[in-house]
Amino acid sequence: MKFDLKINGTARQVDVPEDMPLLWVLRDVVGLTGTKFGCGIAQCGACTVHLDGEAIRSCVTPIGTVGSAEITTIEAVGGSPEGEKIQNAWLDLEVVQCGYCQSGQIMQATALLRATPKPTDADIDDAMAGNICRCGTYPRIRAAIKSAAEA
Amino acid sequence: MTTEKTTPTFALLDPVRSAAISRRQALTGGGMMLAFLAFGRRKAHAAGEEPSLRAIGDGTIDTGDAFRGFAPGGFIRIGTDGAIQIIAPNVEMGQGIYTAEAMLIAEELEVGLDQVTVLAAPPNEELYRQPILQSQTTGGSTSIRGAFVPLRQAGAAARMMLIKAAAERLQVAAETLRAERGRVIDPASGRSLAYGEIVEDASRQPVPQDVPLKPKAEWRLIGTPAHRVESGSKVNGTAVFGIDVKVDGMKVATVMASPTRGGTLKSVDDSQARAVPGVVDVVRLENAVAVVGDHYFAALTGLKALQVEWDPGENAALDTATLFADLKTASETGTPILGRREGDPEAAMAGAARTVEAVYELPFLAHAALEPINTTIHVTDEGCDIWVGTQVPTAAQKVAAARLGMAPEKVRLHNHLLGGGFGRRLVADSIEQAALIGKQLRYPVKIVWSREEDITQDLYRPAYYDRISAGLDEAGRPVAFMDRITGGSVLGAYLPDGLPEGTIDSDAIEGAADTPYAFPNLLVDWVRKDPPLPVTWWRGVGPTHNVFVVESFMDELAAAAGEDPVDYRMALLKEKPRAAAALRLAATRANWGESLPPGTGRGVSLHGAFGSFVAAVVEVAVGDDGAIRLNRVVAAVDCGHVINPDTVKAQVEGGLIFGLSAALYNGISFQNGAVEQTNFDTYTQMRINETPPIEVHLIESEEDPGGIGETGTVSAAPALVNAVFAATGRRIRKLPLGEVDLTERDTRAPVTRGKVPA
Ligand code: FES
Ligand code: FES
Repeated sequence: MKFDLKINGTARQVDVPEDMPLLWVLRDVVGLTGTKFGCGIAQCGACTVHLDGEAIRSCVTPIGTVGSAEITTIEAVGGSPEGEKIQNAWLDLEVVQCGYCQSGQIMQATALLRATPKPTDADIDDAMAGNICRCGTYPRIRAAIKSAAEA
Repeated sequence: MTTEKTTPTFALLDPVRSAAISRRQALTGGGMMLAFLAFGRRKAHAAGEEPSLRAIGDGTIDTGDAFRGFAPGGFIRIGTDGAIQIIAPNVEMGQGIYTAEAMLIAEELEVGLDQVTVLAAPPNEELYRQPILQSQTTGGSTSIRGAFVPLRQAGAAARMMLIKAAAERLQVAAETLRAERGRVIDPASGRSLAYGEIVEDASRQPVPQDVPLKPKAEWRLIGTPAHRVESGSKVNGTAVFGIDVKVDGMKVATVMASPTRGGTLKSVDDSQARAVPGVVDVVRLENAVAVVGDHYFAALTGLKALQVEWDPGENAALDTATLFADLKTASETGTPILGRREGDPEAAMAGAARTVEAVYELPFLAHAALEPINTTIHVTDEGCDIWVGTQVPTAAQKVAAARLGMAPEKVRLHNHLLGGGFGRRLVADSIEQAALIGKQLRYPVKIVWSREEDITQDLYRPAYYDRISAGLDEAGRPVAFMDRITGGSVLGAYLPDGLPEGTIDSDAIEGAADTPYAFPNLLVDWVRKDPPLPVTWWRGVGPTHNVFVVESFMDELAAAAGEDPVDYRMALLKEKPRAAAALRLAATRANWGESLPPGTGRGVSLHGAFGSFVAAVVEVAVGDDGAIRLNRVVAAVDCGHVINPDTVKAQVEGGLIFGLSAALYNGISFQNGAVEQTNFDTYTQMRINETPPIEVHLIESEEDPGGIGETGTVSAAPALVNAVFAATGRRIRKLPLGEVDLTERDTRAPVTRGKVPA
């Protein structure tokens, strides 16, 4: 089936099955590999992207449900003020280790900051608990979100 | 000014000496290494680079025969345009090694970290053989220990050759010149030359015979917190992990291996799979089947549509209870292999005022790195290209070559960033499988394992059953210490030819045979009981297993003696000042001894693994419902000279969380031969809402660098279990903790007398 998508501000047409998860459309069809595959069942958050600014798990989002929503991925999230603040805080506090989870962490954190400009620890826990980091960067993620909120 | 003098030899460096290379040896001439073990490439000065380096590169510099810059040895390349590339001998899997190794070279090469690009090394044992592991391998927290002297020497030698070339050009004495930020400067005249302008002359210079290294006082990079060289790419989605590789004409495959280990493929009906839109091929292997598609979704949908019959093989009935029962039997009736004996432990035990004994059980563990296992491969008549992230590039190249029936040099392995290693990527099983799949296809294919495949087909950390005992004197001090370890041999599984029966596996006893404590009489031995499934290294290796047992048991001894756990340990550390200092600092910073509310407790652990000393204090609250909440973790670390302090802290933080996560939740179990945990819903990981504040305190040290990547993981479980004991009076001797009902308390309050020893 043909789908007209808006990805990072650019119109893209793809011809794929309608139950194909957005994750694989992005990675294997469009070639945007910044969005990661970690579990495929909405357990790890590595595949997080924004649909109209809201963080969703692209591994369980069939392309047929995306409609005309604006898709934003890690490759373009820095274009928004919150995304840029989050990325800068991530670099300042040296959050990343292997980095594999960090696309998803940054997408999730950016959505949090947009919805809640001054998040509390509880807000951070609520928003970020769906994102696994096997390298254990959680303390720095928490600190970086707070630092971005002050920026 | 004092400098460390080293004399280059350009001969093969004796691997045994290099394994123990120390600052002292460097001072007395430890052999100069532009590459780890051999220079071996004098030709490279004149005639470009050797072909294996063609497997790397970001397109900015010509490689191989086309290269016309300065490439002394295997670690440094400077083009005529002045671009500086550092080829990191170790792989980057989160531990910050690209940055630390670049710092070692840049320190002596006199360039800034902002001036260099770091690339993954191609497979080449001659150039990149790690001095401690004696192979091109990243693991065992050995990277910095092996690289500390050689990489600085490489940087210094290159700088000296550049200065010599500049001196000839400027017609002045080399001694009057200095180097700074990629330029050679003549302070007298104010003239300067960029490295790029003199690389061709530099490559014709003789390699210096004396390579003085800067004294610590002159370090400008080493020891200062540096931003990671690759973090920019990891926050904007441009970092390329193995799984992100794109090759023209590439298809995507996913694979399913026999759910029981040792099982084989009996039959496959692929008619429905081939009808799935986008499915291209179905590939059969002896023990697995793969579906190839235009994209992963097609491949996965196809895989699910297969009708597969397996011959389950000899593990058809495998279950966890039997595995542990077998370990217990082996422990009680098997023949132990001696690890270490000191004094007369049997007599001391017999004569002790009293004895304490305990049995500890540890589960199988999966690695579950967040990047699922994957390999991209293209096999042609001419050779083979492999794009992957691996801790063992040469071993991977070799095994693929063997499966493809071609010479290893025909296999070009392009190594990438690893989305976590933790020991999983020390094994090339998936690359071997990829070779077998790629061999049947004429186009490039990216093989991606599902998370379910990644967890159920992992090579696990083996389970252990350990019986530990001590004899105490009247004052409660240990006069005898015995640890009978029982489990599979990781080293035996890893070595190509295995470990002969009756031989001690150093990994099986590491952390038990070498505790920091003074035990006058000691016996550590090991009963080998290999499980009927493959096992491998897991973060923290031997010490993660043994330090858990020993440090939990030390707490038991302190309780038996009626002493505070910190005091009790401290009394046994008279000859280990570094360990004692770490313990003291952690206890002080953790407010050890200050009172806590009921249901709350602190636990401590101490170890000297990987040449470093780490003490950790975990504080927990155990609710009436038995739920464990982590309140705080404090660690004190002495890892000798620190290269990048920020990375050291990050590694200890992350290592602690990795270990806490496993101790709380993880154990791989089997039923009817199959693994019961399949994805992160059943193989649970700690999340941010469960993560306590973590403080890491570094101890200033003049000692040789120790390892750091695994130390936090080693500290985690014992400190946690000891904290649960302090909070509840319950001694947990079987992991994971999460399977224990902690609603019951033991009301005999544990001793935490509570002062920090001076
Ligand atoms: S890959 Fe989507 S949540 Fe894990
Ligand atoms: S940085 Fe490695 S998984 Fe998060």
